[in-house]
Order: sequence, then structure tokens, then C-alpha cells
Amino acid sequence: MSRGAILPNRGLADRLSALFWRRPTVLLLLLITPPLLWLGVVYLGSLGALLLQSFYSIDEFSGVVVEEFTLKTYGELFRAANMDIILRTLTMSASVTLASAVIGFPVAYFAARFARGRWKAVFYLGIMLPLWSSYLVKVYAWKLILAKEGIITWAADSVGLGFLLDAVLALPGVGGNSLSTSFIGTWLVFVYVWLPYMILPMQASLERVPVSMLEASSDLGASRGQTFRTVILPLAMPGVIAGSIFTFSLTMGDYIIPQIIGTSARFIGQAVYQLQGTAGNIPLAAAFAVVPIIIMLVYLSLAKRGGAFDAL
Amino acid sequence: MKSIRLMGTTAVAVAMAVTPALAQVASLGTPEGQVSIVAWAGYIERGETMAEFDWVTKFEEATGCQVVVKTANTSDEMVALMNEGGFDLVTASGDASLRLIAGKRVQPVNISLIPSWANIDDRLKDAPWHTVDGVHYGVPYQWGPNVLMYNTEAFGDTPPTSWSVVFEEQTLPDGSSNVGRVQAYDGPIHVADAAQYLMAHQPELGITSPYELNEEQYAAALDLLRGQRKLVGRYWHDAFIQMDDFKNEGVVASGSWPFQVGLLQSEGFPVSSVIPEEGATGWADTTMMHVDAPHPTCSYLWMEHTLSSNLQADLSVWFGANPVVLSACTDGSGMQTAEGCTANGLDDFEKINFWTTPVSQCESQGECVPYYRWVSDYIGVIGGR
Repeated sequence: MSRGAILPNRGLADRLSALFWRRPTVLLLLLITPPLLWLGVVYLGSLGALLLQSFYSIDEFSGVVVEEFTLKTYGELFRAANMDIILRTLTMSASVTLASAVIGFPVAYFAARFARGRWKAVFYLGIMLPLWSSYLVKVYAWKLILAKEGIITWAADSVGLGFLLDAVLALPGVGGNSLSTSFIGTWLVFVYVWLPYMILPMQASLERVPVSMLEASSDLGASRGQTFRTVILPLAMPGVIAGSIFTFSLTMGDYIIPQIIGTSARFIGQAVYQLQGTAGNIPLAAAFAVVPIIIMLVYLSLAKRGGAFDAL
Repeated sequence: MKSIRLMGTTAVAVAMAVTPALAQVASLGTPEGQVSIVAWAGYIERGETMAEFDWVTKFEEATGCQVVVKTANTSDEMVALMNEGGFDLVTASGDASLRLIAGKRVQPVNISLIPSWANIDDRLKDAPWHTVDGVHYGVPYQWGPNVLMYNTEAFGDTPPTSWSVVFEEQTLPDGSSNVGRVQAYDGPIHVADAAQYLMAHQPELGITSPYELNEEQYAAALDLLRGQRKLVGRYWHDAFIQMDDFKNEGVVASGSWPFQVGLLQSEGFPVSSVIPEEGATGWADTTMMHVDAPHPTCSYLWMEHTLSSNLQADLSVWFGANPVVLSACTDGSGMQTAEGCTANGLDDFEKINFWTTPVSQCESQGECVPYYRWVSDYIGVIGGR
């Protein structure tokens, strides 16, 4: 009998929102499909294509890619020249990470525990500021700074420390003609460029160390050093590991810094670039590209055990 | 995948000298209003870098063809872009041109539609990097040598006459050793420079072309390069970084391009260059037309335009290269002069071995070391192996 409530005609938006209310999964699907497609097709898809290529090989005589599954290309990675590249890259990544941690920790510690108010902002800015200028500009600037006729050599000579610089450059293996043509130079620039990525997660984890624990530690008679070693450092460790993931993986993948600064000896990124670009040896390039992926997987699983992802 | 396979198969195809019988344009229609060109940086200037270097604006006004340029940095990029398609023309070097022909990415050029063809330097008309079995696949654009650049202060009155200054340890005229003061090109094609040096100094190896090396010759070239590694602080791959190294790193001698020599000289830096007694490697570029070029008429008009002597003259000044139309050096149509051409190496054509891609089935001795091995071995040499 009753004609029910008189409602205005519902528009499209109304009906849509009703649909989403009745079937929440539709909304969920709608929201999640684009990112899933991105992850699945663009990201994992290209990774898969890469992996596939690495199981092909190049024909020794004609230089044609043979599309048959083989582990021969991976075997080539173990050639002396290629092992050199892998070990060189690993050593560089490890030493850059170590140096970043050593330099970054005091900075992060101060910023987290002592800087207050305006100073805190200054610290954040100081750490972030280098990230805002172009990476290439910074690297080229460093090339000039480190050059044989650059400011460092000039400064060392004018205060009579030229002999020290020469001694450093005479070091076997890492030395060279000038800072900008030696591994030391490459290492310095890597540390400079990636340092912020180490400091920021360390600072975040240091800020999370409760002051009450430090008070408790001193109440129980621990010296400052003991508190640092047994309370602060273990609690901040996840941040250090998180930072090291950045510096380690960023160094391992970079191919521009070693191209501009250093001895021209190849790193993994450069090898990939050159093998796929000029040589047409896609399988070996792909196999090289898989190396950092495997190393990072191992590294990440170790880091996960260290609790690094709690600090992200 | 397609492009990958193309890159690989070209090596074989070049060796077998396939001749795709493709149709060429028979007559010109009305200009389509545009022409898109894949070119080296600095090759097609419209006065935007420096106002006096402009060889595009007038062409556009005269023909109504808007010139669109896509710059590429390496020969491989050029091949990849042409494989993608959508472009009309490419300024391909010798290490790309044969790949493009074998990959059927470029079409034969009907030279009867290019009135200025007759003006081209006779040495280039039938050059093997654009002519396959008598069919022309492009119009020569410019060429140049890879010269030995040196610091005139370090060498004083005795300029170098041999590539040995970059290959073998020695005391330079200024009294210091060359260790750490020389450079070499950071590309595998540099193996050819070593081979060319060996052609002169170890004739018993029997090298006839620096791009066609058998195992023994190749091993000797690598040995020479390993010795060079001890002299070289850093290899160069970027023209501007090399110039910076001459200015700030104390580098005094290196293989280089006339481009860097000219720029450094214009800045008043004491450098000069020479083509040493062993000869030099070099590059020769060709304007080639895509098989599916969307704007064929404008393409032909541009190819004709590239042969005008004032374009050739200005371009050769700008790039430190040599015109393919000899009158460009002398007729005063552009900025180039006879002395300028000589400085750029015009008279040294016979001394130059032009870049080509090393293939496994080579002409001179049947089986040669292919390019992909040059790449991986040169990586090893630079890494100290």
C-alpha cells in the first residue's frame, strides 16, 4: 500500500558507491589492479625476460645469440676477467658501506640525540641538501676536485703534505696517477654520494631508542661507554643494516661514477652496459645483471634476520 | 627480441654479403613537410648552439620540410633506433652502416635523383661501407681520422711521429716518462689501433687489415694493449672528459678526434695533432634512408642538400671533419679553407683504416676474431688482465 520513501533518482556516483559498499572486493580490485599490473608485468616481467636471456648463449664463431637453454653463459662469469669485475664491485660496495657507516653514525647520533629545534632542521637539510642537486653535476665536480691539478693536490702541496698524498697514491692496487684516476677516488665519491642514504635510516632508528632505557642503564651503574655498546648500538643496529642495504646495492649497481672517476677498470654495471650495448652479447650482460640480484637476496635475508626491516 | 636477433645475425649476414633486392624510389613527389633524422650530436645544427653554424633553416625555408633530429651517442643506439623505425634518415658510421644494410633497415638510394652525386669525392663514391655489390645504400656525409693529440709544451720542438708514445714506455722530450701521462680510447675498437701499430712494427704477423685479425694477430694486439694499460691512468670515452684530462690531469698524448684538438686550441690550450707514420683509424659517415621512410621526398631533398658545398664546409669546420665534396675546401662557400681541410686530415685518406665491425668470417683470412670477443677481452685488459 505504501509507496515507500520518495527518493531522488540516484546518479552514477551514488550507484557506484553503493556497489563498493555492498561488494568491498570490487573496490579493492579496482584499487589494487594497476599497481599489481605494474609490479607483475613491468617489473617482474622485465626481470623474467632478463633471467631468460641469461640462460641463452652466444655462438662462439658467428656472435649470434643461440636461443637454447644452457648454463654456459653463467660459466663464463667465472672467467678470470669477469671474476675480477665481480670481486672488484663487491669489494668496492663493502668498503663504501663500511666507510659510510663509520662516518654516518656520529652524524646520525648527534642529529638524533643532541640536535634540537632549529638545529635539527639544519641537520636534516644538511644531510638532504646534496641529494637535491644533480648526481652528474656532483660527480663532475668531484672529478675536478680530485684531479692531478685540482684543489686537493694544490692544498696538499702548499701546506707541505704533498709527500703524504704521493704516498697514498703509491699504494699498490688502490693508488694511481692522481686521486681522480685511482680506486681511492672512486671510493671517495661513492661514499660522498651515498652517505645520506646511510645517515637517514640510522637517525630514524637512533631516535627510537627510548631515553628511559639509557637512564635505566646509568641507574644500574653502566658507564657511558658501556651504555653505548650494550644499549644504544644493538638497538640502532637495524638502522645501520637498513642503511647498508642502500649504500651496498646503490654502489653495486652504479655505472656512472666509475666511468668518470677511477682507473677505467670495469664494475658490474659498466660491464652490463657495454656487453649489451656495444657487444650484442645480451646473454652475458643478463648473467652479469643477475649477480647483484643474487648478492642482494643473500644480503637481504641476512639483514632480515638482523631486524633491519623493523626500522624502515 | 627481434632487435636482439637482428644485432646478432647481422654479423653473419655482413660476412655473407647478402644483397637484399629492395625497391628504390623512382621519382620524387611533393615534399611531405617533414624529415626526421637520427644523427650524431653536433651533426645537424640549426644555429642554436652557435648562430653562425646553421645548415637547416635555409633548407626548411626552401623545401618546406621541417627537420626533426634525434641524436644518438653510439653506433649501436643508431642501429636500435632504425630497427624501431619511424625515422627517415640516419648518419651511420662504418661500424653501423653494413649492419643496417644486412638487417634490411635501409633502402638503396637512387643516385639519379641526387644531382650533386657527381660532386662527391671519388674516393668515397663506391666506399665499401655503403656500397654492397654495386648498390648504393646512402650518401656520404663526412669523414675524419682518429689523430694523435699531444701537448706542444711537453713535446717542444720534436712532435711525436709514431703511435709508440701511447703504446710503449719511453721518456718524452720534456724529460719525464710517459707513464700516467697518456690515454687511450675506452672502446673495444681501440684494439684496431693496436693492430695497426703492429702492422708497421711487427710485419711478420701478416696483418692486412686491423679489423680482420686471426687468433695469433689478435693475441699480439692484446699483449700490446696490456703494456699500454701500465701507461694509462684512465681511458677516455667522452670527448669533454678527455679535454678536461688534458687540462687537469697532466695528460700529454692520446689518440683523439680533430674535434677535441680544435676546441682545445680555440681555448688557447697548447695542443696539436698529427697522423703518425703508422697511419690512423678513422670514421666515415653516410646518410642512409630507412626502408619504410615516411617522408621519402623530403629525405631525398635533404640528401641532396647535405652535398651542398657550404653545408659541407661549415660542418667540417664545426666538427673537425672532412667534407665529402672536395670543392667545399676551396670554393669559399662556407667557413672551410684548404688549410683547414689539410689540418683535418683530408690528404691522409690513404693512411686511414676506417672503422668497420670485425666479423668472424672475414675477407682477408677466412676466420677472424669477432667483435663481441674484442669487447670482453678489452674489458679484461682494462681491468689489468
